[in-house]
Amino acid sequence: MTSSNDFQWRRDQDGLGVWEHRGQVAIAGYGHSPVDRRWDEKNLDTSLGAYTIMACEKAMEQAGVTIDQVDGIVCCDSHIAGGSGGTASQWAPRPYFDPPYDSEYGLTLINAQWLIDNMGFKNVKFAPTGVPTIGEMVGMASQAVGDGVCSTCLVIYPTGNMEGRYRRGGENADDYARGARQWTVPWGNHGGNDFINIFPHRQYLMKYGGEHEDLVHFVRNQHKNGMLTPWGYNATHNIQPISVEDYIGSRPILNPLRIWDCDRPVNASAAYLFTTSERARDMKSQPVYVLNHSQHNFRFRTTQPDLDEVEMWTDRQAARMYEGAGLGPADVDIFNPYDGYSIMTQFFLEGFQWHGVKRGEALSFYAGDISVKGPHPFSSSGGNLGNGRTRTAMYTDSIEQLRGTAGDRQVTVRAETALCAFTTPSSGGWLMLGKYPS
Amino acid sequence: MPKIIPVPDELSQPFWDAVNERRLVIQNCTACDKLQYPPQAVCQICGSSDWLEWQEPEGKGHIAAYIVIEDGRLNRRMPDQPYNLALVTLDQDPTVNFYSNLPGVPAYEVPVGAAVELTFEEVAPGQLIHEWRVVE
Ligand SMILES: [Zn+2]
Repeated sequence: MTSSNDFQWRRDQDGLGVWEHRGQVAIAGYGHSPVDRRWDEKNLDTSLGAYTIMACEKAMEQAGVTIDQVDGIVCCDSHIAGGSGGTASQWAPRPYFDPPYDSEYGLTLINAQWLIDNMGFKNVKFAPTGVPTIGEMVGMASQAVGDGVCSTCLVIYPTGNMEGRYRRGGENADDYARGARQWTVPWGNHGGNDFINIFPHRQYLMKYGGEHEDLVHFVRNQHKNGMLTPWGYNATHNIQPISVEDYIGSRPILNPLRIWDCDRPVNASAAYLFTTSERARDMKSQPVYVLNHSQHNFRFRTTQPDLDEVEMWTDRQAARMYEGAGLGPADVDIFNPYDGYSIMTQFFLEGFQWHGVKRGEALSFYAGDISVKGPHPFSSSGGNLGNGRTRTAMYTDSIEQLRGTAGDRQVTVRAETALCAFTTPSSGGWLMLGKYPS
Repeated sequence: MPKIIPVPDELSQPFWDAVNERRLVIQNCTACDKLQYPPQAVCQICGSSDWLEWQEPEGKGHIAAYIVIEDGRLNRRMPDQPYNLALVTLDQDPTVNFYSNLPGVPAYEVPVGAAVELTFEEVAPGQLIHEWRVVE
């Protein structure tokens, strides 16, 4: 198998111009498993393997594609609970079941080979190893299809979760700080997107005004949109949108960051079927077209990114994406940025200047009408705060909005282009989708 | 309040050796005239290691922002919760920053914008870390 590093697919530089395959690649189907809080380590029908097979079958069914037609599989072989996690991520080794559940693969980890072996794919010619997260995978698949490396490619993102507190144990239980952690951990930074963003967020509030609690309008709206997303965790578990009082009274984590500013880890899987636009037109469901993909991996200049750095990074992300898609802020109808911690989303909103929102204006924008039925249907997916930590809601909602199949979540404004991402300010990727190929 | 103990590597050994002598040294690229911390193999501006040298900056900074760790993931620090984590910028080059628990400052009582000065704290016998304290 090829490694993801062997294939030059990234668009991670400034000034690359319009994407050479703009509109020539399409998404023809998607599928979601149920979204559970945790896997109980017993029921093989709800393991990550079973859920991933289910997601793949749904995506193929929606596109009307058979197993034999699939010639590419891009699957992230991480359970995303993280390498720093002890009980929440060091789930192996332990007793296993009968084949195909006789190793960690199929239970909490999935890769292309396991799927090939267990779903009976016969014609897969592109199944890279070392696949990154969904934010970049969608770009990798888009480029692979555009370049002709494969023509019918499943992109699969499993997200695992089992008993135990999130990312406790492992190196977080160590008395020593090794490697890059020697510069952060002695003072209490366990490392992650929470720390990356909380200081710039604090600086943001000092520079532009506003209170942390002003985020409640955004968080509540995510919850509302989540309740309109039939497959998501919140809708399937009847998690009603929190009240302002609930939010303000909720448990502090990294004060001012509260529990409701953090997404909820879940056990779930999702799959997307990427193909050429030409093939997609003959498939079963309405295709949406890929207008650009872009990635970024910015280096920290010192210990902790500050507001200036985060704003510069998100400006550059926006410039790369808009240039490659040949579009500008006013052309983007649907905007689904990443929201795994509520404190970072304003950086993306303002960097991409969606609906004209400039630096420092996000909190007042959140306080206005950002509902899906209003004029500014921001983050119509409900994201990860509204659906659980699947990291895929942003993509699925974008597809549905462009198809006009978002149901109760369908926006009332124009829905011909959609920008979606799983990315942090420093690293990840963006995807621009279109109802039309040009 | 046991802090987590840094383990020096090849690149950071001179840094921690200096800290253990109560001195802060950070890299300076003499070609670019740019300080950088944490230490890196090459200068982040010119990409070369040829002009990197250790320099002892003046131990003066300011508190740019802070958070309070109420529910962190580090076992060894849990008894300390809640505790301050401040972002300290170096006066000599504010694009260089450090973390600090601001020893002596109660949780939530952080004077943002205040001047701080370098200090050191023992985290294990013979192993110090650099810290910052508010200038009275
Ligand atoms: Zn230099």
